[in-house]
Amino acid sequence: MVVAAADGGERAPAVELIGIDKRFGAVHANRNVNLRAEVGSIHGIVGENGAGKSTLMSILYGFYQADRGEVRVRGQRVRVTSPREAIDAGIGMVHQHFMLVDPFTVLENVMLGAEGGPLLARGREEAARALEALEREYALDVPLDGVVGELPVGIQQRVEILKALYRGADTLILDEPTGVLTPQEAEHLFRILGALRDQGKTVLLITHKLKEIMAVTDRVAVMRRGEMVADRETAATTREEIAELMVGRKVLLRVDKTPAKPDRPLLAVEDLRVVDRRGVERLKSVSFQVRAGEILGIAGVAGNGQSELLAALAGIAAPASGRILIDGQPVPAGTDPHAMRRLGMAHVPEDRLRDGLVPPFEARENIILGYHDDPRYNTGPLFDRANIRQSCLQEMQAYDVRPSDPELPAANFSGGNQQKLVVAREVERDPVVLLVGQPTRGVDIGAIEFIHRRLVALRDSGKAIVLVSVELDEIMSLADRILVMFDGRIAGEMGQEAADERVIGCMMAGVGPEEMAPEPHHVGAE
Amino acid sequence: MEAFTQAVSILDATLRLATPLILAALAGLFAERSGVVDIGLEGKMLAAAFAAATTAAVTGSPWIGLGAGIIVSVLLALLHGFACITHRGDHVVSGVAINTVVAGLAPTLGNAWFRQGGQTPTLEAEARFTGIDLPFAEALADVPVLGPIYSDLISGHNILVYVAIAAVPLVAFVLYRTRFGLRMRAVGENPAAVDTAGISVTWLRYRALIVGGALCGIAGAYLSTAHNASFVRDMTAGKGYLALAALIFAKWRPVPVLLTCLLFGFLDATEARLRGVELPLIGAIPGEFIQALPYILTVVLLAGFVGRAIPPRAIGTPYVKER
Repeated sequence: MVVAAADGGERAPAVELIGIDKRFGAVHANRNVNLRAEVGSIHGIVGENGAGKSTLMSILYGFYQADRGEVRVRGQRVRVTSPREAIDAGIGMVHQHFMLVDPFTVLENVMLGAEGGPLLARGREEAARALEALEREYALDVPLDGVVGELPVGIQQRVEILKALYRGADTLILDEPTGVLTPQEAEHLFRILGALRDQGKTVLLITHKLKEIMAVTDRVAVMRRGEMVADRETAATTREEIAELMVGRKVLLRVDKTPAKPDRPLLAVEDLRVVDRRGVERLKSVSFQVRAGEILGIAGVAGNGQSELLAALAGIAAPASGRILIDGQPVPAGTDPHAMRRLGMAHVPEDRLRDGLVPPFEARENIILGYHDDPRYNTGPLFDRANIRQSCLQEMQAYDVRPSDPELPAANFSGGNQQKLVVAREVERDPVVLLVGQPTRGVDIGAIEFIHRRLVALRDSGKAIVLVSVELDEIMSLADRILVMFDGRIAGEMGQEAADERVIGCMMAGVGPEEMAPEPHHVGAE
Repeated sequence: MEAFTQAVSILDATLRLATPLILAALAGLFAERSGVVDIGLEGKMLAAAFAAATTAAVTGSPWIGLGAGIIVSVLLALLHGFACITHRGDHVVSGVAINTVVAGLAPTLGNAWFRQGGQTPTLEAEARFTGIDLPFAEALADVPVLGPIYSDLISGHNILVYVAIAAVPLVAFVLYRTRFGLRMRAVGENPAAVDTAGISVTWLRYRALIVGGALCGIAGAYLSTAHNASFVRDMTAGKGYLALAALIFAKWRPVPVLLTCLLFGFLDATEARLRGVELPLIGAIPGEFIQALPYILTVVLLAGFVGRAIPPRAIGTPYVKER
C-alpha cells in the first residue's frame, strides 16, 4: 500500500498502527490491524458496533494495551501504556461519553492534569490566555467560566477538543462524535475539524455514519469483526461500496420455506416517533403493517433507529407520538412491557444478556421471566415449582437446549443455547406478534438454522413477525418483505423476490435508488 | 450581667465540644470528596484516642501521644483504602468493620495492659494538652464585655482547639486553590475524567485518605489527651457519625462544616444546661431530644427540605475501567 501524502509524501505519517492484536477473553476485538494516518488529514474509521474501532483507538490512547503490534508516532516507535504517555506523544482523544467533571468550570476541566504547578493561581491565568488563543484559532466558542454540566452537549464536546489541544495534541481521536449532536452542532463540529486539518493536525474520526465519512474525511478505513478490511481514499470510493464492506458478504444461508400467505394485518404502526433522553429524534414518523403469516425484515446499519423501534413496540420506550395497533386494537399510551406481553406482543431482545435473561438465574427461572404470573406457573400465591420445572424441561427438549438442565444458571449456557432459551420462552407463549432483534448474533451455525426454522414455523401458524437484524443475509433469506431503515426513517421497502443486495445496500447508506452515482465530496446538509 | 457570663460560658463549651467534630468532619471531607465513603470516622477517632492516651501515659508526652494517634488513624485509613480502592470492596461495610473492630479491640487491649476495666490511666497535667493563655489575657480580663470574650472565650483553650479552627481555612485553600484539591474534587465526581487526563485514580484517593486519617487522628487525640485525661470505653459516643452528619449538612464544603459543627457543639453545650428547665408553653425539654437534634436536622436536610445536599457523584463506587 503506497500512499502519497497530500503535499510531498516524504513526511512520516502522524500515526501508524502495525499489526495490532487484542483479545478480551474469548472476544478477538482486533486482529492484526494496520492503520496509517497522514499528517494534516482527516482519516475516517468506520464499522458496525463491535467491529473493534473503539478498542483500536483505546489502544492508541493507552487505555488498553495491545497483545501484539506496535504504535509509531511520526515515524518513532512509542510505547503507550497509559493515557499520560499518549498525551505526551501528542495524541488526544474525545471519548464517546465525555470525560468531563460536571460541577467544574470549563477552565478547571481543561486544566485538570495540566495545572502548571502545585498552586492553581498562576496556571489558571496562563491557561485562560492560551485557551482564548486556541478558541480564536479554531472558532471553538466556549465560555471559559461556564459550568460544564450546564452547557449543551455540543459545547461540552468542544471543551473536550479544547482539552486535547491545550495538552498539545497533534493527533485527535474522536469516537462517534456526532451521536449526541443535533445536525447544526454536527455542522459546527465538522467546520472545527476542517480548521484543525488546515492547521496541520491529524484527525481520526470513528463513526458508523457513512454520510459523515463521505462529507469530511480524506481517507476512510473500514473495520469488520476486528479486522481492517479496507483503507481507501474517500474521493475514490462510494457510500454503497463502504456499506458493503462494513456489512460484508457472507455465505448465504438458505432457509427452506414456502411462499408467505399474508392474511389480515396483526400489527399496524402509524406515525411512530421516539425521542431519546437528550432530545434527539431517533425514530421519525415510521408507519408500516405486518400481516398474519408474514415475516417483516427490517434491515439497516446499526444505530439507524431499529433498536428504538423495537423498544417502542415492546413497550420499553414510550413513543413521543403515533399509534400501535395489535390485531386492529389500539394499544393505550403508557403500556408497559408486561402489559404489552399480555396483549400478545412477545419480544426476543437484541441483547439477550442485558435484556433477555438474568444471567445468574437458573434456566427454569429465566424461562418464566415476564410470564411469571401465568396461572399455570402458580398455585395461589406460590409458584408451582414442579410444573415450572416440567415445562422448562419440555421446552428445553423441544428447542434442543443443551445441556437440558433446568437448574443450570443461564450464564453457563453457550450463546446459541441462551438464545434458544429466550426464543423458546417467547414463541411458546403463543403470541400474536413476535418481535425479534438480532436473533442470531453471537450464535453458532447450528443454532442459527434451528432458530430460523422455528421462526418460519411460527409464521406458518399465522402469526406476524418483525425481524430486526444487521445481518443482511439473514434478512434476505428469512423475511417475506423487507423495510430498510436509515436515519430513523424507512428508506425503502421491497418484497423478498425483488430484493437485491446492492439496492438494499444503497438504501442502508442513505442513497436513493435513483441517485446511485457517488456523491461529490463536500460537507453536506441533510 | 449574669446572662452575659452564662452566654460566654456556653460559647466556651461550644468551642470545646465542636473541636473533635470539626477535625473529624474535615477528615471525612477529604475522603468523601475523593469518592470514598468514610463511615469509619468513628472507629478511627476511637483508635486514635486510645493510642494517644496509652502513649501519653507511657511516655508522659502529649505530643508523642498525638503522633501515635495520627499514625494509628492513618493506618486504619490505609486499611480502608486497601479494601475499598485496591480491592473495590464496599465502602460502608469496610468502614463499619473498622468501627466494630476498634470498639472491641481498644478496651480489650486497655484492660490487658492497664487492668483498669478498659480505661487508660489518668494522665498527669504535663502529659495532656492543657489550656494556653494568649498574650494579654490576664490584663484584659477586667475590660467590660470585650474582656471576658477575649480572655474566657478566645484565650485559654488547649492548642488542638486552635489547630481545628486553623484547619478550616487551610483545608479550604487546599481544596480550591491547589492542584491536589482540584484533582481530588475531580476524582470524586468523575474518576474516568481523571484517568483519561493521565492521573492515577488510585494514588489520588489514597493520598486523600491519608490526609483524612491524620486529621481524624488529631480529633481522637483531642478527646483522650486534651478534652479528657484518659481513654474511656466508647468515649467517641457517636461523634464520628455526628461529624459525618455535619459534613453532609455542610454539603461537603469546609466553611459550612465549621459552622455546622459549631451549631452541633452549641446544641451539645446547651443540652446539659437546659435539662429539666421548664420553658414557658413547652414545658421541660428532654435532654435526649436536644441530643437527637443534629441527626433530625440532617435527616430533614437529606429529605430535601433545606436545599438539596448533592454528594460527590462518584462516591461509594469503585473505579473500574469500562470496556
